[in-house]
Amino acid sequence: MNQANFAAALLAPDLPCPAGLRVWNGSDPAARLAVYRNNVVSSLIDAMADTFPVTQELVGVEFFRAMASVFVRQHPPRSRVLAHYGGEFADFVDGFVPARAVPYLGDIARLERARVLAYHAADADPLTAEMLCVAMASGADLSALQLICHPSTSVLVSAYAIVSLWAAHQGDADLSAVDPTEPESALVVRPGLDVFVLSLPPGGARFVVALHAGAGLADAAGLAAGEATDFDLPNVLALLMRHGALISARTPLSLSQ
Amino acid sequence: MPAVPQVDTGLGLPARAGVGLKPEHFRDVLETRPDIGFFEVHAENYMVEGGPYHHFLGRIREHCPLSLHGVGLSIGAEGPLDEAHLDRLAALIKRYQPVSFSEHLAWSSHGEVFLNDLLPVPYDRATLDRVCEHVDRVQARLQRQMLLENPSTYLEFDASTMDEAAFLTEVIRRTGCGLLLDLNNVHVSCVNHGRDALAFIDNLPLDTVGEIHLAGFAIDRDAAGAPLLIDSHGSPVDEVVWGLYAAVLARTGPMPTLLERDTDVPSLATLIAESQRAEDLMSALAEPGRRRICGPRS
Repeated sequence: MNQANFAAALLAPDLPCPAGLRVWNGSDPAARLAVYRNNVVSSLIDAMADTFPVTQELVGVEFFRAMASVFVRQHPPRSRVLAHYGGEFADFVDGFVPARAVPYLGDIARLERARVLAYHAADADPLTAEMLCVAMASGADLSALQLICHPSTSVLVSAYAIVSLWAAHQGDADLSAVDPTEPESALVVRPGLDVFVLSLPPGGARFVVALHAGAGLADAAGLAAGEATDFDLPNVLALLMRHGALISARTPLSLSQ
Repeated sequence: MPAVPQVDTGLGLPARAGVGLKPEHFRDVLETRPDIGFFEVHAENYMVEGGPYHHFLGRIREHCPLSLHGVGLSIGAEGPLDEAHLDRLAALIKRYQPVSFSEHLAWSSHGEVFLNDLLPVPYDRATLDRVCEHVDRVQARLQRQMLLENPSTYLEFDASTMDEAAFLTEVIRRTGCGLLLDLNNVHVSCVNHGRDALAFIDNLPLDTVGEIHLAGFAIDRDAAGAPLLIDSHGSPVDEVVWGLYAAVLARTGPMPTLLERDTDVPSLATLIAESQRAEDLMSALAEPGRRRICGPRS
């Protein structure tokens, strides 16, 4: 027995039991290897179910666990920290033929994964009105104002109503009233202890992505307006401020802010 | 009856009952501040940048001793230790100053793949040398004594040339680490391999025990129909394990004792009520007013 053979046998149920294993009563060691095989795969499926509860609700426990068992064997964790596990799952779901009847399943998985990443992301204090005033009072060009997003912030653009679908599964909305084919963009952020999942208005996603990339206020707003003619800058800024998605503001003349 | 040895618990956990700290109990712990000996956490759950886990652990740590229990270091791996993982452990220890750090006699990673289970090692000379090297490296990097936990196993190896107690005894003798005596694992492994649990315990260096673990198991059957116990951490401690615990306490005196529950986790109050049985057994040993609180090793 070496650990390479043992590890391979754990993830591939069709492989024979490795040589060199012994059982005190002379019984078949394969029945005992099965305990380890089950521990590995079941515990990883459980971890997936913890991270993707709405994905599981959408297809049912039995379907989800069967799908996840294929996933965990194809993509076993590369990290000893299970909070990081499952990054390839949404892409896997997109390509999982038996799940095609639920076309938004992959995007819901993306959203749930973003929530877990936000939950464990670095902490930072939200931008206050006072900090914003300081940045704006510096006499600098307001159009060049740089707004820095909270480290837990992420944006997800979908062709489906992922925020409404997700919210309905939290009991926050009526699922039957949701049109899944209505495109939605999600903002995920955790300014304190709770993760927020918000629907961004038109152009909002483009705006936040531009801020993330370091664009100034005017450039980011321009990009957003180019994508959505009805982009409403004050509305989006208020949404971001209200949910702690911004942590600092600086202008070229106040880089120390 | 043997004299009760004066056991130095080594790392300063109080000789009382503790429970595993579960995220679903974070708020309850802060609101009720239960009078328990210590909380234990799985190190890997806190290897994240920020968020509620750190928020709550930092606050709970302020009023209760902490035991840091690793499940991902893979001390029994054929390959070298993951130095990046050791760095993460060192950072957690610096941040939270746990009074104890423990890990398992097992492997859980191969190459880059993490298997998320505690897998068995053969008890032979090559494995012994490698495990000792790894424990030496852990203790050097973390600048502290660690406790090594005896495993639950379901298989044995043709390659083994010594029994588990002899293997553990030699690791402890060569590295100076302590023993985390998991009595559920003792029972599970002894039933699974047709051994006598008390004889196994008597072959361990009980003077090096720094902590005891208690947990529940599930019952399966092997290919011959013999009982195959699974270390599930999903049910209350079995009466047989309580019996082993009383027998060990009679030999060691009161010991820091963790009640583990990782699946089907009940309410905090239920866990603490179950852990009270360990406190009662320890109190019954000690004369009134003489419950010993172990200080740090000098």
